[in-house]
Amino acid sequence: MMTQDVWEVIWLSLQVTTVSVAIGMLAGIPTGTLLGLYSFRGKRFVVALIYTCMGLPPVLVGVVVYLLLSRYGPLGSLGLLFTPEAMIIAQVILVTPILAGLTMSAVQAKERAYWETAKSLGASPVQMMITIVREARGGIWSGVAAAYGRAISEVGAVMLVGGNIEHHTRVMTTAIILETRTGNFTAGLQLGLVLLAISFLFNSFLMAGVLNQMKSRRR
Amino acid sequence: MDRVEVRNLEVTYGNRTVLAVDRVSFERGGFYGIVGPSGAGKSTLLRIMNLLERPVSGQLHLFGTEVDLTSLSYAKGLPLQRQMGFVAQKPSMFQASVYDNVALGLRYRKKSRMEMQALVEEALELVELSHVRDQRANTLSGGEAQRIALARTLVCDPSLLLLDEPTASLDPYNISIFERVIQTIHRQKQTTILMITHNLPQARRLAQTCLFVNNGRIVERSDTEAFFHRPRCTELADFISGRMIC
Repeated sequence: MMTQDVWEVIWLSLQVTTVSVAIGMLAGIPTGTLLGLYSFRGKRFVVALIYTCMGLPPVLVGVVVYLLLSRYGPLGSLGLLFTPEAMIIAQVILVTPILAGLTMSAVQAKERAYWETAKSLGASPVQMMITIVREARGGIWSGVAAAYGRAISEVGAVMLVGGNIEHHTRVMTTAIILETRTGNFTAGLQLGLVLLAISFLFNSFLMAGVLNQMKSRRR
Repeated sequence: MDRVEVRNLEVTYGNRTVLAVDRVSFERGGFYGIVGPSGAGKSTLLRIMNLLERPVSGQLHLFGTEVDLTSLSYAKGLPLQRQMGFVAQKPSMFQASVYDNVALGLRYRKKSRMEMQALVEEALELVELSHVRDQRANTLSGGEAQRIALARTLVCDPSLLLLDEPTASLDPYNISIFERVIQTIHRQKQTTILMITHNLPQARRLAQTCLFVNNGRIVERSDTEAFFHRPRCTELADFISGRMIC
């Protein structure tokens, strides 16, 4: 594989993963926060659904998104099949429940300890939510790290809906499969190590950010 | 009515009534001690008054504002909440510096940075902990944390201060500082104070009026001197002498 091709594959992997996790954060963190803070009828069902979806088989998600986006599917007219956008849609479906579920657990754990104190100090409902989310930030960032890890290492769904098209939808995981199938184990292993290094760097930055934030004084 | 009053209060957990109070009032500027055996309903009374729990029935009158406790929403209760301060037996410190912990209530009230800084420093000085202001709050000892919890409450200048066994797990040194601070606040600001305590000498030292709560009812109320020397009911006499009940 040419060096430029490798960079292209890495760059697309990062783009697809980052956009997927960002969209997942926008949907999953507020959902998890609300579920962690409030009780309502049917909450148990919603929570059970989220926990189930945290372990969604990627291939199943891939098939469903494929059917939705295929020419005769309900969203076929959008022409998104075998594009990076289709890969993002599949990954968002995979990472959002992880972000919602782990945020909910983190918020619930802090809610018990801090709700009364914040309320006694005169927090408005919005201030209360912000306070508890701040206290739960370590757990929420762990959720982001888990979601990023899941998205960047995902292969089944992106292979199905992206098609592993060179210079278009080929990402690191699908490239590794291709290299391995063609007997180029060295290239496959090299890409695997790059994947591992990116995950390590991402988690290191995340942890450093969390620690700094926890040490920071707002004055 | 320049006082705090709770009327027609009933609190149940399942089928069990844990607190039933027809009427109890506290004059502005009074220092009230609340004593009674464990599980009598003392903490529930303070938690209901601080809007942390919702009763089956009850009205709260707080210095001129009357609310129905059963239907009071979080948002509508907020102005009342901000007139009160609550210190629990165990302080919970937020993951931040001591300064940020003490400033939190002021941030909620959107005070300016300058005003906040002056008030926080004054509160820290009051509890004799100015030297730890930049320290992480979760590194404090239990006694220091409780004094910070008191500073965090007092910095918001509450008209009604609710104290739920705040010195139960403190050593004598921290207890003496805690007591001195609340006595100072009471004297200087005429803050109405309700303090639950199992420490009878403490109630005797601090309170002007004492209430005895047993089995979910306020059984006796009188000025502190009469409360300890001339109890009217046998339950209180037994409680004071250590023969009590539970």
